[in-house]
Amino acid sequence: MTDTAPAIELKGISKAFGPVQANKDISIRVMPGTIHGIIGENGAGKSTLMSILYGFYKADKGEIFVNGTKTEIPDSQAAIAAGIGMVFQHFKLVENFTVIENVILGAEDGALLTPSISKARKSLKQLAEEYELNVDPDALVEDLSVGHQQRVEILKALYRQADILILDEPTGVLTPAEADHLFRILDNLRKEGKTIILITHKLREIMEYTDTVSVMRRGEMTATVKTAETDPEQLAELMVGRKVLLRVDKKPATPGDVVLSVRDLKVTDSAGVERVKGISFDIRAGEIYGIAGVAGNGQSELMEVLGGMRSGTGTITMNGQEIDLTGKYSDGQSRRARGIGHVPEDRHDEGLILDYTAWENMIFGYHRDPEWGTGPLMNNAAIIKEAEAKMERFDVRPPIATLKAKNFSGGNQQKIVLAREIEKNPDLLLIGQPTRGVDIGAIEFIHQEIIRLRDEGKAILLVSVELDEIRSLSDRIAVMFDGQIMGERDPAAADERELGLLMAGIAGEPDKPDHIAVEENLTAVEHGEAPKHG
Amino acid sequence: MDKMPAWADVVLIPLISLLLAALLSALVILGIGENPIDAFKLMVDGALMRSSGWGYTLYYATNFIFTGLAVSVAFHARMFNIGGEGQAMLGGLGVALACLYVPWPHWSLAILGSSIGAATFGAAWALIPAYLQAKRGSHIVITTIMFNFIAAALLNYLLVNILRPVGAMDPATAQFAEPTHLPTFQDMFSTAAMPLFRGAPANVTFFLALLACVLVWLLIWRTRLGYEIRAYGWSQTGANYAGISGTKIIIIAMLISGGLAGMMAVNTTQGEAERLILNMTEGAGFIGIAVALMGRNHPFGVLLAAILFGFLYQGGAELALWTSIPRELIVVIQALVILFTGALDNMVRMPLERLFLAMRRKEG
Repeated sequence: MTDTAPAIELKGISKAFGPVQANKDISIRVMPGTIHGIIGENGAGKSTLMSILYGFYKADKGEIFVNGTKTEIPDSQAAIAAGIGMVFQHFKLVENFTVIENVILGAEDGALLTPSISKARKSLKQLAEEYELNVDPDALVEDLSVGHQQRVEILKALYRQADILILDEPTGVLTPAEADHLFRILDNLRKEGKTIILITHKLREIMEYTDTVSVMRRGEMTATVKTAETDPEQLAELMVGRKVLLRVDKKPATPGDVVLSVRDLKVTDSAGVERVKGISFDIRAGEIYGIAGVAGNGQSELMEVLGGMRSGTGTITMNGQEIDLTGKYSDGQSRRARGIGHVPEDRHDEGLILDYTAWENMIFGYHRDPEWGTGPLMNNAAIIKEAEAKMERFDVRPPIATLKAKNFSGGNQQKIVLAREIEKNPDLLLIGQPTRGVDIGAIEFIHQEIIRLRDEGKAILLVSVELDEIRSLSDRIAVMFDGQIMGERDPAAADERELGLLMAGIAGEPDKPDHIAVEENLTAVEHGEAPKHG
Repeated sequence: MDKMPAWADVVLIPLISLLLAALLSALVILGIGENPIDAFKLMVDGALMRSSGWGYTLYYATNFIFTGLAVSVAFHARMFNIGGEGQAMLGGLGVALACLYVPWPHWSLAILGSSIGAATFGAAWALIPAYLQAKRGSHIVITTIMFNFIAAALLNYLLVNILRPVGAMDPATAQFAEPTHLPTFQDMFSTAAMPLFRGAPANVTFFLALLACVLVWLLIWRTRLGYEIRAYGWSQTGANYAGISGTKIIIIAMLISGGLAGMMAVNTTQGEAERLILNMTEGAGFIGIAVALMGRNHPFGVLLAAILFGFLYQGGAELALWTSIPRELIVVIQALVILFTGALDNMVRMPLERLFLAMRRKEG
């Protein structure tokens, strides 16, 4: 083993963007036939490093060796020629092309498509058998599930003879079942001698599936260790640079009166598609109600209706009083007046105005409150002073109120939004994706704040695509699929497999033994169809 | 971190752009066989070295301040109001109606009345495109530009068929009554010993324009409404989250914008012509776009840019008068200024940013 040349070896890679040193003297050896994880916080330089390897950026310094030979990779063509394939976080597929057309796109043999297509068909069939990479070659990409689209991306790379596969945060959009399948595929690939580089921020994936793991922090490679010889706590510490509490400490909830009550809520989007199909639930004071689910199953629309960003039908009562779901008094300001705070899923486009300063963002949505000025005028000095105090309390760094929001890191941006919404002391707080794009150090803080708010007797609705987050924070878990709540579970009793099945739309039917329904629907999921549920 | 200091963004970039435009203009003047240095001297002499020159420069600048502010306010809500021209024409109608049909006792009251008339008519003309944008999604750029043509046709019809005094030959209203005439700079600043601004059209409306600059600054940066306008301009989804109604912002921003554009008619119609004529806008509605662009949509920047364009207008007229350089050349120069300060902004910005970054790295 020691005398085989590494599949990839980087020596002394450095890359700067202006004053920001994205990669600092990075050296790494990736052995062939292994899954090599690269983990690090946002902005640690993982993506930059991979972009250099794939020819998107040119390193300022350093050398790349592929299978022991020094290789220049000025563009992605050269990367493909060197046997490197990449599966991006956001797929690069032509939606209204078929699978086979996408696979051969850019790798056609000549002016006529027919020979290329028949060649690709043969090769796809073979790949499908070897690696469990089944996708209907003639299906349109837009009709495929996200998991299947990802397989098309992998097929594209393999069709181009890639021996080294880079996957950038591949499980972010997958259900647990789809993620499991992906890792089975990766395992098969490894057995065939392919090399896989897995970029992720999920410690669990690293621990379960990788052979070796490299940790990056602030542009530097802090360690490369055998996965078997490390543990999550050590990796987290290497990522953040200090000890991190990975588990959420909380006392049992003491639920009070019902604060929010939702009955038969339906939401139709602008294209006329029903996104939320008549859901009902209650949230009591002093409890966290978590909604799990794969992105795009109606959670966003639910949050938007509750937050006054969208209209819907049904009945919603807040502290016993009905709130408007359409018309003049269904907007965000009316919601805030009724004691609903909202930390939206997308802090860049919704929760913050990135070109506004931190202090301007600290009153966003509350800017009509009388305390911020007299009549039409705003009292900027008072707002700045208050904003500085809030930034101090929430440990926003740097604590400069006149800095624009876009100049803060993801975690600090999220703290600004949280500070604004929590300090307003709402009865109900809607929180969407509280830690998306937030570094581990800040995640700890944000989770503690959410628990603290619960213990103060506030009702909290938490929506997250991170199942681990939902499970560790929630007092009750609801799983949403296709606009409906598939079921409610006690987080202590529900195991991940059960939640995963609910997320895939598979609910046990009372008139049929559970396992039969599960088998049927699993087959449906395998074929990329919308699963049936009872 | 921002890429370069604020002063470089606000001062250096427009200045360099301007120099580049001047350089290219000089080449054009050389090309038609004139001496660019002499031409520049002539422009400066004619526009800035005599008080009457200033009187013209500031007269034009007054128009450009109003139309520049109009474009700026709309732009803060991310709307491109190309309809300043039409809104100003309707503003002229408002001024004319106020001056012709109300027996004002004194100019100070008349200017209040005509300002209200101008702003109301200009705003009303902007309201239709605003409504179409807010409620029907018709693009404001398309509708406002079309409304310029409708305004011109409407004004033509009204002047020829309705407002023209019986027996008059030209398409214009009757002269406004004496008490509505606004004091010019000559009236205000000349003494018997030292006549100033002789014959120049600059009038008291200039101070109204300065006041408008201050009020727009207050509106955009010191009021809750301005906060909402800017927020909506930066992010419509963000505004929706905060409960800021897009419909409301579009309508209000366009009403203010149209009102400001209409106000320029107080300067031209009441202050200078003292009656409503065809083509009273002289293209100022369009120049407002360049002024706003160059002034970075900030009232103070708009003021400076308006004075610069006033200088170009007046200096250009001098050129046409004293040299063989045609008046149209000034359009070329203005176009170059617009090209460099607006469209080619990044051409100057990028190397400058790189320069500042390099300097910072050396320090660090």
